[in-house]
Amino acid sequence: MSEPSVVLNNPGQAGAREQDLISSVQRGQHELFYELVRPYERRVYAAALAILRNEHDAEDAAQEAMLKAFKNIRQFRAEARFSTWLIQITVNEALMRRRRERTVQMENIDDHRSGRGEEESEYAPRDFADWREIPSEALERKEVRQRLAEALATLDRKYREVFMLRDMEHLNIQETAEALGITAASVKTRLLRARLMLRDLLAAGWEQGWFSRLPFEKGNKPW
Amino acid sequence: MVNHEAVNCEQVWREISNYVDGEVDAGLRASMDEHFRTCKRCASVLAGTRNVVQLYGDERMLEVPAGFSQRLEKRLGQRLETKQSGSRWSSWSAWLVPVAAMLLIAGGVLLTNSLTFKNYIQSRHAQPGNNVPPDLVVVVSDGSKLFHVPGCPFIHDKASERTMTAKEAMQDGYVPCTRCLRQYLKTGLTHESEDGSEEAEGQDEVLSIAGQ
Repeated sequence: MSEPSVVLNNPGQAGAREQDLISSVQRGQHELFYELVRPYERRVYAAALAILRNEHDAEDAAQEAMLKAFKNIRQFRAEARFSTWLIQITVNEALMRRRRERTVQMENIDDHRSGRGEEESEYAPRDFADWREIPSEALERKEVRQRLAEALATLDRKYREVFMLRDMEHLNIQETAEALGITAASVKTRLLRARLMLRDLLAAGWEQGWFSRLPFEKGNKPW
Repeated sequence: MVNHEAVNCEQVWREISNYVDGEVDAGLRASMDEHFRTCKRCASVLAGTRNVVQLYGDERMLEVPAGFSQRLEKRLGQRLETKQSGSRWSSWSAWLVPVAAMLLIAGGVLLTNSLTFKNYIQSRHAQPGNNVPPDLVVVVSDGSKLFHVPGCPFIHDKASERTMTAKEAMQDGYVPCTRCLRQYLKTGLTHESEDGSEEAEGQDEVLSIAGQ
């Protein structure tokens, strides 16, 4: 299994510092907790947003997840990754809220319409034209980020959640499966479908002019 | 053995996600590599899939609303304050609870005493005797802790009457019957309370057998 891309610049040093912080907070230096979780606040929010799809709810769920992590910090064991533990708490919190708020009913209708068996069926890519690369530099532009987020938001929940945890939160297959309570095989199947659908959406985005105002379209290519 | 001809486009699409993640075995990888070299369509699918993974995996895709960090820090801070005051309360209440429980118990006992024992002791029954002539012949019976003068109408269970001296009765924990012995004491103990003070005292106050 491939390791998720490294988020921290110096994982060894940062990991040791993080472990020190965890130990300190566990021993009662509670004021250090925010320093401990600050590097992950974006990921926590993104996880909540992918599930709840509402900024206000996502922020509240993210905050609540942080508070729960704080409350349960003594239960954290060093053999786990702190980021994964934190994301799992967030996913649980967000899923619980969604169930509570019954928005799941609407989601289920969507999922039902697309068919339960669809997950097992193969997804055929639609666009076979030469791929027009969207470089990472393009992410500097807010409208590009927004377009990508919108594309992700159009995916059915089960694909969106797996993709978010795996490719955005960098959980591995097993961690993603555990967080969502599904099998590793389901994670792989959904991930494949999510990636291929997003690829088609981005390809279509070129046609719709999503990226037409990018600097590299005007011959000012950054690569 | 690696069979490069074994994979078609559909098989490639099915495995392309695992391929990007490096989760296909060497044989399949070689087959797919070969396929990508010859199939522009699948090469496009591979490039697009990698582009998706690269773009969405970028930290810049994880945006938070303006002021998110400040609000989070503030909420955590509020929780910390609550927890600290809570922990002060906890340590305080750690000993407060048992103390309060003891006070409640003590209060309950005092209340019970005030309602029961005081009246009981003040009752004219079962008062410890004093100045009872030790060799006075008295009667005790089962079911009562009083001793009586023989013939007292208030002897319980007369069938179990036993006769003994007052000294023996008191040593066995019996106390004088306030009916027969009060009258007896009033009249019979005048020779032991010639100054009269002890008699008066014996009538109105609780006297101790141990005081003898």
